[in-house]
Amino acid sequence: MTAIPDRGNESFRLSQLIYDTRYRALTFQFIALVALITFIAWLMSNLFSNLADQGQDISFAFLASPAGYDINQQLIPYDSQDTHLRAAMLGILNTLLVAFLACATATVIGVIAGVLRLSKNWLISRLMAVYVEAFRNVPVLIWILIIFGVNNIIFPQPRAFRGADPDASMVLWDSIAFTNRGVYIPKPIWESGSAIVVAVFLLSIIGIFVFRRYARNLLYSTGKLLPTGRISLAIFFVPTLLAYFVLGMPIGLEKPELAGFNFQGGIQLRGSLIALWFALAIYTGAFIAENVRAGIQAVSKGQTEAAGALGLRPNRIMNLVVLPQALRIIIPPLISQYLNITKNSSLAIAVGYMDVTGTLGGITLNQTGRAMECILLLMLFYLTISLSISAIMNVYNNSVKLKER
Amino acid sequence: MKKSVFIGALAFAGLAAGAAAAQSTLEEVTNRGELRCGVSTGLVGFAAPNSAGEWEGFDVAVCRAVAAAVLGDPSAVEFIPTTGKTRFTSLNSGEIDMLARNTTWTFSRDVDLNFEFTGVNYYDGQGFMVPASLGVSSATELDGATVCIQTGTTTELNLADFFRSNGMSYEPVPIETNAEAQQQFLAGTCDVYTTDASGLAATRAAFPNPGDYVLLPEIVSKEPLGPLVRHGDNQWGDIVRWTLNALITAEELGVTGADAANPVESNNPEVNRLLGTAGTLGEMLGLDNAWAARAIAASGNYGEIFEANIGESTAIGLARGLNAQWTDGGLLYSPPFR
Repeated sequence: MTAIPDRGNESFRLSQLIYDTRYRALTFQFIALVALITFIAWLMSNLFSNLADQGQDISFAFLASPAGYDINQQLIPYDSQDTHLRAAMLGILNTLLVAFLACATATVIGVIAGVLRLSKNWLISRLMAVYVEAFRNVPVLIWILIIFGVNNIIFPQPRAFRGADPDASMVLWDSIAFTNRGVYIPKPIWESGSAIVVAVFLLSIIGIFVFRRYARNLLYSTGKLLPTGRISLAIFFVPTLLAYFVLGMPIGLEKPELAGFNFQGGIQLRGSLIALWFALAIYTGAFIAENVRAGIQAVSKGQTEAAGALGLRPNRIMNLVVLPQALRIIIPPLISQYLNITKNSSLAIAVGYMDVTGTLGGITLNQTGRAMECILLLMLFYLTISLSISAIMNVYNNSVKLKER
Repeated sequence: MKKSVFIGALAFAGLAAGAAAAQSTLEEVTNRGELRCGVSTGLVGFAAPNSAGEWEGFDVAVCRAVAAAVLGDPSAVEFIPTTGKTRFTSLNSGEIDMLARNTTWTFSRDVDLNFEFTGVNYYDGQGFMVPASLGVSSATELDGATVCIQTGTTTELNLADFFRSNGMSYEPVPIETNAEAQQQFLAGTCDVYTTDASGLAATRAAFPNPGDYVLLPEIVSKEPLGPLVRHGDNQWGDIVRWTLNALITAEELGVTGADAANPVESNNPEVNRLLGTAGTLGEMLGLDNAWAARAIAASGNYGEIFEANIGESTAIGLARGLNAQWTDGGLLYSPPFR
């Protein structure tokens, strides 16, 4: 037994909680936590007692009762006698649809506009600057209303397509009709054997990836350059078309036809969907263009010059050298733009698009009077969706970010 | 995360605390010196600002009558435009003292939403309007039509029921306000506009070519429209209820706005009780005895208000129909002032 002073045996005094730097931080954090919890509990009890004073309670039973209203855009079957919960599901699907369409379109527009803004062609780069500044600096709600309004005015009513000498006619071999109620496009009809065609199509897409990997390995190991573009195109079309004709054209098209008040058959892309989709896409596209431009400009000029010195052509420099490095800078702000699109899609009510804010947070809230419950559910939904998008994009970000070995 | 939860809770508590003020509505209105009345965002004849920016209309007159009865000044009203969606939240949160916005009296609104309907100032029903060029003469021919509806209203539910029970399909286009509906209907985005028949007549009156549009004969629902207040403050509910009844009784007894402005002793005891020259009805209500006289003097009796705003001499041109006095075969029947 040596006489090493054992600090662990020192008796613990309460005053140490304040005077001992080892405990002080913990003490204050604990006090702050208790205070915060007490405060929140007080706010909640205040809320519940006020609700009780007004004779209201929190109950989600209304979700199981019949909704009683109709919804125009139905991705899953729905009827006015279905429940409020199903109406909310319909709204959620409509939100996800428009958010997905707008995210995809905004990315394409944004990348093209961002790259072109750096073009050496004065006219193109100025045009892109005008696009970015014009769309970024006008509120998205205004763009939604403008597109919706223009759509209503310039396109004819379905009635105009009627008669022997109609004022308006369908385009592309009578398959697409532009009306002020939306665009009617043909709908594919899946007959027996269509599953094989789809399977062949999916397989050929996988085939393209396999081929490109093979071509790259061939290039790295032997220096032999295959014409990837033409061969990929061939893989994309030839097997699918072969299967389609061999199986006797199992996928037909149902063209929209004027019947009664409206076009029947085909798929109707409603004016409200188009307005919301394009407005969100071009508005957010302008922000993405700026992200892309910033990302590209952040890649050192020396990289471009070095690639040029190696004899790479400008589009290869962009694809092989600049963009892969720029992606690291572009992805994180891109995530927040995707979140913005999803949240801004709740402006749908301005044009009567039945998203989840329109069904659960609009009609259901109004008809049942359960404001608190509906808003809580809405918050939960948007929170879940935003966190999911951000999680997925973070996985992608991790795969492209600078790896330190 | 923790921070956003905290701010959310703070906002909730703030909202909730606002509604919890323990003061009766009458005290609140008298202290404020102004009545806050929820009206529609603009429906000509019922509630719309005129060229001078003054609100006028059939529903507005009810607000003015209540303000005159309580505060003695028909112009002491702040009109708060509400949409079909926001109206109940506004009333429930205490932002407005009463709602006079073509609101249908239904069981669930009265019982479940905790409101108190103080009577009916217009007996209405849901109708359909179509362009005359469509060649439709009955609502049963509307299979497959695109229909504009104001969202958050009973018409939305009636419409679903009507088409369902007739085995027809339709495409609903939900719209927030009457003005937007008008725009879309005129642009031909929808074939049909449906709302209360009185609202259709009022909307059509504001069209550039009203003659190009027809109302279909079918009335598919009962829509008793009336002013409402929050449940629980019975005194305030009584004031609004009996102000409306005073306007109706005044017409029945032949008391005009001009008569009420200078009340004279009458041979009819009920007229005296109504105008406060006899009896203490006003004191029972917590007001003074001349309250009803002021309410009637504000914009006239029920009949005068009807004729001035939506009657046959106006562009809207509604006939009295169900809204005539019971003595003339209508449904208006006020309990006696006794």
